[in-house]
Parts: sequence; structure tokens; C-alpha cells
Amino acid sequence: MSPVLQLRDVSKSFQAVRALRGVSLSLHPGEVHALAGENGAGKSTVVRIIGGEHRPDAGELLLDGEPARFSSPRDARQRGVAVIHQEPVQFPDLSVAENVFMGRQPLRRGRRIDRREMHRRAAELFDRLGVPLDPTRPTRGLSIADQQIIEIAKALSADARVIVMDEPTAALSAVEAQRLFRVARGLAGRGAALLFISHRLEEMYQLCDRVTVLRDGALVSTDPMAEVPHDELVRRMVGRSVEQLYPERRADVGEPRLVVEGLTRVGVFRDISFTVRRGEVVGLAGLVGSGRTEVARAVFGVDGRDAGTVSVDGVALPAGDPRAAIDRGVALVPEDRREQGLVLELSIERNASLARLRDVSPGWITRRARERALARRWGERLSLKAGRLTDPAATLSGGNQQKVVLGKWLATEPSVLIVDEPTRGIDIGTKVEVHALLSRLAADGLAVLLISSELPEVLGMADRVLVMHEGRITAELPAADATEESVMRAATGGGA
Amino acid sequence: MRLRALLSGRELSIVIALVVVVGVTAAVRPAFLNAQGLHDLFLNASVIALLAIGQALLVITRNIDLSVGSVMGLTAFLSGQLFLADVDTPVVLVVVAGMALGAACGAVNGALVAVAKVPALVVTLGTLYVFRGLDYGWASATGVRQVNADQMAPEFLAFGSGAVLGVPNLTLIALVALLVTGYALHNWRSGRELYAIGSNPEAARLAGIPAGRRVFTAFVVSGALVGLAGVLHAAYFGTINASVGTGRELAVVAAVVVGGVAIFGGSGSVRGAVLGALLLTTITSALPILGVPAFWQRAVDGAALLLAISLDRAVMLRVAARLRRERGLRRA
Repeated sequence: MSPVLQLRDVSKSFQAVRALRGVSLSLHPGEVHALAGENGAGKSTVVRIIGGEHRPDAGELLLDGEPARFSSPRDARQRGVAVIHQEPVQFPDLSVAENVFMGRQPLRRGRRIDRREMHRRAAELFDRLGVPLDPTRPTRGLSIADQQIIEIAKALSADARVIVMDEPTAALSAVEAQRLFRVARGLAGRGAALLFISHRLEEMYQLCDRVTVLRDGALVSTDPMAEVPHDELVRRMVGRSVEQLYPERRADVGEPRLVVEGLTRVGVFRDISFTVRRGEVVGLAGLVGSGRTEVARAVFGVDGRDAGTVSVDGVALPAGDPRAAIDRGVALVPEDRREQGLVLELSIERNASLARLRDVSPGWITRRARERALARRWGERLSLKAGRLTDPAATLSGGNQQKVVLGKWLATEPSVLIVDEPTRGIDIGTKVEVHALLSRLAADGLAVLLISSELPEVLGMADRVLVMHEGRITAELPAADATEESVMRAATGGGA
Repeated sequence: MRLRALLSGRELSIVIALVVVVGVTAAVRPAFLNAQGLHDLFLNASVIALLAIGQALLVITRNIDLSVGSVMGLTAFLSGQLFLADVDTPVVLVVVAGMALGAACGAVNGALVAVAKVPALVVTLGTLYVFRGLDYGWASATGVRQVNADQMAPEFLAFGSGAVLGVPNLTLIALVALLVTGYALHNWRSGRELYAIGSNPEAARLAGIPAGRRVFTAFVVSGALVGLAGVLHAAYFGTINASVGTGRELAVVAAVVVGGVAIFGGSGSVRGAVLGALLLTTITSALPILGVPAFWQRAVDGAALLLAISLDRAVMLRVAARLRRERGLRRA
């Protein structure tokens, strides 16, 4: 059968970064197509081009064999192309049916919205999807899985023939993911072309017919799913064997440095207890939304806590006081470096010295020379690739921005380092450097708590893995017992 | 049960609060409930209600208009000026001119918010003083300090204090405005889109809703209603100077929020806003009767605003916690 949608030699750049280089891809009716690749490989750019958010710089997009140009996501949707995002954006105050039909509500005489017809059609769609959702209830409070179903219903109601699912399972439990797969197969069975993106390779094998691999913005291969063995798929994605991604480590574990007991924040997480020792890397795994980041924020004191204690080297930290945590040697490298880690408009050296303002500012005045010396020292240690240290941090690539954030906190000479998604969205080369750096820091006696959604990273780096599910620690696994399976089971509430 | 179906929980509580305030006040002084007392109450409430309807349209879209008092002052003053120019100016022309001037002020606010992307709070805080400045400037340039009833057309004053079957004209006009805007918000796509914009601007963008155009239109419509309120104020009071409407923004925003329109947009109704206006006006009229000095009026409006917002927030947190618990149960 001829493809519904094709990308032909598509390239796209954002400023200096070449996100896609000559990528081709074709989606056929009735087929589920997997798009595989590491973070930063260009998957999101492909999704955005297909979904009408971006337009290619070169190459073309063909719809039914005809060159097409989507001016906006709405335009794409009107022409039968819909994107289901990982975390759908919806109108929480409006009803489920209104979310499905916003802007396209059925009308009756006098251009009045026909609510009864709208609810009927919504119920019919949910029926077809096999998910009983009440069309009249407000969307607020629905799980992410249900919100995705609303998005799919929206796509169906607009007669979408191409449906892109962008990491839809990242925040779903195992049961919810299986329900989504049933829905996806049903859609393909009725002739829709699906593009499925996931970090979990097993899901691709379970659901998809063909797989396209991207690496560093370029096309590596497209093959029938069953013809590419697991190891080969990984090798194509990362461009080297996985062992090389993670440094050889022999943990030389000493006395406890960070001790957390019974930490609770009502409605967010409860009864969290763990210890991180000198020289140890402890991984904190779990699905998006399981409360990992929130635990880190409470330990560091950005958020308060309702119960429990946190102590560093035997000294208790007061609740909700990040300054005290910093003074006791705790550093937190946050998840979202652009929003929370960096002041993008400020120069690299200014950013690097932010956590040590007291030391570069004896008395009241900040000394440029000290600031610069600090930035240069850490820039060299982290092999930062930057034009000038006086350039704004915004000019750096994602990987180098992350190095500046790391450098900023390492400059405080911490004894406990908490890193939240340290390698999200950075290239493989920098990733390897970050891993090596974390490993070296642990060897120097730091206690490292590593939060990551990438299971291979947690498994490759951690001496011990803690797994969270819905605000609680459901498993604590020594490196030897931690496998993708055992961690995923605990992360989806299956128990260890 | 019928009542429960007609009114939301919030609206029902306002009605109950209204009954309590009226009951207590009438117990203290039965004259509060005589024809003249009710007439005055409804006239006052009608002007605030018109302002509240316009404000609700904006707050639903996660915007706000603090310049309402000044726009109302400008249009009231315009009515006076028109009669000074020609005492035989037709009443219809005065009404249309007032609404047009109000709409123009709304268009200025709307353009700054929707096109220049300046937050509405900042824009309308600025125009609150700019429009008032124009009002005083106009008064000073023309040497008109005050326009009195004897300088206006008698038909105009009769229209302001007139009634049909015992219902004041102003109240009828407010009711018509309520029905029309309520109908549009509930039944038109563009009405629902105002809620969508306020509920989640990013989702509205992705859904292809022309948010800028909708918000601009809401500002213009709201401005026209404020203009109408200014003209009606002039017709009812018969005495105008350049300071008409000063400080009204507080009472109006309070009425809207008390009436259950979420201050961060996305939910609420014009019916609620009108009930809020009625409640606050009633409280204001009851205060002197209950022996509370009049200077507490503003404080009461402010307190009502704070109370309503705190209540909304508390309810929101409880609902969120409940929904989270229910979901947890279902998953387990």
C-alpha cells in the first residue's frame, strides 16, 4: 500500500544546532511504525515537523504523495495528522466532551452548540476506543492515561489518518500502557498510520511493525521490527556498545553521608527513608510523576516537609532551608536546567559563580577576577566547549549548559550531590563525560544521588537502586539484582 | 431540587447570603424592604451588574480590567457634555455615543493586551489613570466642573428613573445584558473559547483558537457595557462631574470573584457575577442601617474579595486532593 505520509530528505536546524540531516521516513496505513533513538537524536523534531509545529529547512513532507506544508498544528490536524503528546495539554475546567470537540462542536439551528449531540458523539468515540469515560465530567483530575485517551478521541473525531504518539507511555503504569496498546492496534486495524515513540524497547517489539532508527539527527536504518534484534537496535541507537557508555566503577563505600528518614510531604510522597554513603552512587528510579524530583527538592529544602528528618554527615538539616543545605555541603542539580539551573541571559562566568557569590564577593562587591578564575578552573575540569566565558549561557549547547550547571554546584565543593536527569537532551559524547565525572566524584568521596528516567543510565551508574511508585519507595535493589525488569516492576507498583 | 438544578452551589450560597442580609436588615428596620428602598437597591445594583458582566467576560479569559471606573467616569461625563452642547440631543444618540466611547477605551486596553502582549493587570492599571486624566483634562479644558439635572434633557432623566411594570429601566437593561451574554457564553463556540483561553492558554493555542482576537473582542464588548453603565449612571443620578466611578474597580472585581468566576480564568458565569454584584450592593446599603459607618464600605468589598479568593483556593485544594485519592484507589 502506498504511504499516507512521507518525509523525504528532511533537514532542520535551530540556530547553530543541526537537529535533522536528510531524514526520510514513510508511514503506511494500518501500520505501527516505531521511531527509535537516544535523547537528542532528532525524534522530537520529526514529531514537530509532522505535527505542523515546525517546517523543514530542506526536503519535503508528502501527504498522499503530494507535497504538503502545514502552517500550524491545527492545519495539520485538519488534514488528518494528529500528535498525542506525552503529557497532553487540556482545558481542566471544561468537560471531557468539550475538550474533544473544542472549536468543532456540533451545532444546531442558530449556530447554537448542540450539547446532547456532542456528548453522544464523545460517548461513541470512547466506546470505539473501549475506554468508558464520562463525557460530561470536567477534565481536571483525570490521569495522564485518560487524558491521552481524550487526545486520541480528539484525533479520531477529526478523522485523523496519521497519529503520532510521542512517548505516550513515559508516565503510564503497566496496565495503562497495555490499554493504550490495545487502542493503538485498534486504530491501525481500521487503517490509520501510527508513529510510536518510546524509550522502552520492549514496547516497540510488542506493538510495532517497522522501526526507524535516528542518531545525531541522521537516519541510521528502517527495517521490519522483527528483523532487528534487541542488541542490534541498541547498538544502532547509541552508535557504540552500551558498556562503553558507563565507566568501570568499583565502589569504595564509606560511612553514611546523607541520611533521610520517614520523609513525608502530604499528598506528594510519604515515608521515604534511604541512606547515601561516601563514595556511593545511588540511583532513584520511577515513572515520571512518581515523586522522585519532589523528594529531591524536599531533601534540599526548596520545598518543605510534613514529617521526617534529613541529615548530612550526622547533622540534621532544618526543613525548607536550602541555604542551610548548601552550607552543609548539599548540592542539587535540577531537572530543568533552562528554567531552574541557569540564568540564560547572564554570562557563563556569572552563572558558574552564582552558588558561590559569597566567596567571589568579599565584603559587598563581586570581584570579576575571582569570578573568572572560578569559571575557568571548572570550565577546564569539565572540558567545557564555549566561545568566551563572557558569552550568555543561552549560546551554549544543551550538553555544555549542563556542564555549567554542574560546575556551578561543584564549585561549592559539596559532600552530597543530587543530580536530577543530568543527561536529558544532551548528546552521547557529553553524556559519557558526565557519567565519567559523576563516577570520579564518587571515587573522591562524594555521596551521589542520581535521579533518571533512563533505566540504562540508572543501571549502568548506580551501586544501589531505589525505585519509587506513586510517592513511595517500593524497592531497594543492590546493583547486582537491579535489572530493567525488576526496576520496571517496582516502578509500576508490581512490588519487588 | 429544581433550584439546585438552576443554580450552582456557589450561586445558591450567594442567594442564601442575600436572604440572610436582607432578613437581618429588615428585622432591624422594616423600611429597608419598602418600595423605595428596593427601587434604590436595584438601581444601584444594576449599574454594578453591568460592570460585573463585562468584567466577568474578561476574568473568564484570565484577564482583568482595572480601568472600569475611569471608563465609566469618561462616558458619564460625555453624556453631560453632549447635553451642554445641545440640550435636545436624542437620548438614543447619548446612549450610543457612550457605548462607542466605552468600546473605544476597551479597544485600547484590548490591543495592548492582545497585540502588544502586555499583562492586562499592568495595561489597565495604567489606563485606569490615563483615562481618568483625560476625564479631568476635558473638564478643565472646557471649564465644566459639574453638570446638573436642570442642564440635561428631561426625557433622559425620566429614562434613568423610569420603570416598566414596577421594574426599573436600568434593571431591565442589566437583565437583557445578562441574558444575551449568558446565552453567548453558553451556546456559541466563541463563548466556549473564552473559557478555553482562560482554562489553559497553551492548550487554546494548540487547538487553534484565535486567542488574541477573542480577548480583544471581550475587551471591546466589556468596554461597551461599561460605557452603557456610565450613561445610565448619569441618567439616574442627574449630577455628573469628572470623578464619577472613582474606585469602582474594587467593587466590580469583588462582585465577579464573589460570584464564583475563578480569578485565574476558565470557570464561572455572568449569572454568578450579577448575583455577586447584587449581594455586595445589598451589603453596602445595609451597613448604615445596621449602624456601621459608611467608610467601611470599601473595606467590606475588599474583605469579600479576599474571602472569596481564599475560599476558592481552599475548595480547589480539597477537590484536587480528593481526585488524587480516588485515582489512587482505582489504580490499586
